[in-house]
Amino acid sequence: MGAVVGTLTMQTRQRQPSRDKIDDELEMTMVCHRPEGLEQLEAQTNFSKQELQVLYRGFKNECPSGVVNEETFKHIYAQFFPHGDASTYAHYLFNAFDTRNNGSIKFEDFVMGLSTLLRGTVRDKLEWTFHLYDINKDGFINKEEMTEIVRAIYDMMGKYTYPALKGDVPKAHVDAFFEKMDKNKDGVVTLEEFVLACQEDENMMRSMQLFENVM
Amino acid sequence: MAAGVATWLPFARAAAVGWLPLAKKTMPKPPIDKKNRNDEILFVNVSGLRFQTWKNTLDRYPDTLLGSSEKEFFYNEDTQEYFFDRDPEMFRHILNFYRTGRLHYPRQECIQAFDEELAFFGIVPDIIGDCCMEEYRDRKKENQERLAVDTEAEMATDTPLPPHSTHRERLWRAFENPHTSTMALVFYYVTGFFIAVSVIANVVETVPCRPLKGSKKDLPCGEKYSLAFFCMDTACVLIFTFEYLMRLFAAPSRCKFMRSVMSVIDVVAIMPYYIGLVMPENEDVSGAFVTLRVFRVFRIFKFSRHSQGLRILGYTLKSCASELGFLLFSLTMAIIIFATVMFYAEKGTKGTNFTSIPASFWYTIVTMTTLGYGDMVPNTIAGKIFGSICSLSGVLVIALPVPVIVSNFSRIYHQNQRADKMRAQQKVRLARIRLAKKGTTNAFLQYKEDGGFHDRDHDGALCLKNRSSFEHQHHHLLHCLEKTTNHEFTDELTFSEMCMTESVGYRTSRSTSISSQQGVSTSCCPRRAKRRAIRLANSTVSVSRGSVQELDTLHVHKTTIRPQSRSSLNARTEDLKLNCDDRDFTAAIISIPTPPANTPDESLPPSPAIPGILRNSRSSSFTHETVKISSL
Repeated sequence: MGAVVGTLTMQTRQRQPSRDKIDDELEMTMVCHRPEGLEQLEAQTNFSKQELQVLYRGFKNECPSGVVNEETFKHIYAQFFPHGDASTYAHYLFNAFDTRNNGSIKFEDFVMGLSTLLRGTVRDKLEWTFHLYDINKDGFINKEEMTEIVRAIYDMMGKYTYPALKGDVPKAHVDAFFEKMDKNKDGVVTLEEFVLACQEDENMMRSMQLFENVM
Repeated sequence: MAAGVATWLPFARAAAVGWLPLAKKTMPKPPIDKKNRNDEILFVNVSGLRFQTWKNTLDRYPDTLLGSSEKEFFYNEDTQEYFFDRDPEMFRHILNFYRTGRLHYPRQECIQAFDEELAFFGIVPDIIGDCCMEEYRDRKKENQERLAVDTEAEMATDTPLPPHSTHRERLWRAFENPHTSTMALVFYYVTGFFIAVSVIANVVETVPCRPLKGSKKDLPCGEKYSLAFFCMDTACVLIFTFEYLMRLFAAPSRCKFMRSVMSVIDVVAIMPYYIGLVMPENEDVSGAFVTLRVFRVFRIFKFSRHSQGLRILGYTLKSCASELGFLLFSLTMAIIIFATVMFYAEKGTKGTNFTSIPASFWYTIVTMTTLGYGDMVPNTIAGKIFGSICSLSGVLVIALPVPVIVSNFSRIYHQNQRADKMRAQQKVRLARIRLAKKGTTNAFLQYKEDGGFHDRDHDGALCLKNRSSFEHQHHHLLHCLEKTTNHEFTDELTFSEMCMTESVGYRTSRSTSISSQQGVSTSCCPRRAKRRAIRLANSTVSVSRGSVQELDTLHVHKTTIRPQSRSSLNARTEDLKLNCDDRDFTAAIISIPTPPANTPDESLPPSPAIPGILRNSRSSSFTHETVKISSL
């Protein structure tokens, strides 16, 4: 009999948390965000109407509620880079896209970010990248922030690389970066230093041009 | 990669801009997308039902038919749409997969049809969403079980033995399936009888018989007629030993056989006798020997070879092992709990039966199973209360796993019944299918014999039946193949006859051939050879219509009359001299069997069975060909 009573109580205990979870989910789906009109977005970004339509259709299909949260972001990035761990970099990217800092990206944020990166001027792109690197948004990139970013990028590579990652490669990379960027050697990189240094770098400028107009 | 990941591609590429300042080298050039980047609506016409979807939707899964360039093969320029000649109802589900990223299994559809559609469109069934996965798996398993039963039945038992089987294989086949030969059947029934005799003897020998003269005590029959019972036991054990040894000899894999359940039962059934033989007539040891005799009752399990119901029961119990285990476990727990409680409740009572906890086990078991012998009853009030709780809970605990076991048994039983029914219907179905198939091969042979290779446009039109253009092409192909390999198509029977005739060197006169063939009996077709010999024995120049009969094999008979057509008689198949000038016409009679008949009437017309040759008879005879197909 004890067994019977025991199993009965187990059943009831399990039912309750799931009920709560269902309520939570219902709440979430109620929150539905709709973007502003197509014309407005077209004006604000450098995309054409058709491109916006395509982007929105894809976005809406993936996130019917109209917002992307960080988990989804990490999940998406993990699928693009399955070899290593893309979650850290995805986290920084999410913060870079989430200009309002409210933990979710709406379609407008998404499209604005894309517009800057894909159709913006070189200056815009560099500014955006600076904001990506500046984790605490204080206007300066210091070595720790840079190390974090570089480590996140190397994490995406995963364990199996050729040649194998030996020693503290991210740190060496960061040191080289700072050599190049930090003009006045004060240990931090400001936006102006960053933009100047990048514009001097031929390779980077050429690469930037390659990334233009890709959709 | 999953569905909408392609949607996020622009984002991922944009995010790559963040790597640029860190990069030490230049980035590689991005692939240029020459396609029209504007999204367009595609039209997909599936058997008349028109679907429309964005191109991007289909592109989400590039490793399927619709997502890859494979769909271009189905593009219809005139109507500017993709046309698929498939089930439109199923296509709806497939298209929904592209749209939502989840594949659902429609419950009302046949699982095989669904699988076929998935295979056609290049979708792996593993991505069926969790909501439908269980249903899909269950039905797939059920379907596979059913099919496995079919093929197993087809292959296992009733197929005729391969022609060069050894004695061992034949013996094994006789043991496994007694219906194959009369000897096996006889043996089967004999062993069954002896098992019954042995079991009955075991039972009867304990019944008290009238005592011997001068003694008052009732003797068990076993002791009174000890010699008779001993003889019966010996006979049974001899038969069982013989059977076991024969099976051991015939088994294809002896180790596996020795480990199988049935053989263990066999061994256990006969061991006590042998041990009893070698054991000395010692008083102490014979006590143990008596215990061993208990094992003789295991002979009753040997009946499970004879009864399918027993096997099903055993299989059910095996498959319900987890439920039975749960039942046992919960019962044990409950018994221990209640026994403890009862013991302490009744501890104070004088002269109580509940002397210890293990003693209380008996009470608990009897109460929980609602037997209630009444040899142990509680006296105290507390004891009575707990006793009643015990009996109530006993009902519950036992009632819980029983429906599971019952449903399992019912499922397996119905499966078996279905299997038997299908096996019975299978024969007739297969026969009909084989008939249809043979129709096409016979059509070609027919075509050849009708002289279809030569042009004709006279009365010989009787020879040719109407053929579709496809058949023309098909026959032309077969003919080309024949020319290529310099061999010709024949049918099964004539081929086996050919091996017979070749072995005899049949080339000369008919009489000698007949006589020699009478003595021929090759292993490849023993039964047919015998029949043929009998038929040939009656060979006279006769024309007969030949009644439509039912035989076990496919025959193609040709009767010929005139000896002067001997040359063509002896002609091998390469020298077909077909000439439709003469009045040969063929009458093909195809009979579909109803009841299978094993013994044909031997009033068939005689025929030297020459493989596939068409005669060239110029007389008023007619060739007559009967194609008989029997139940196989």
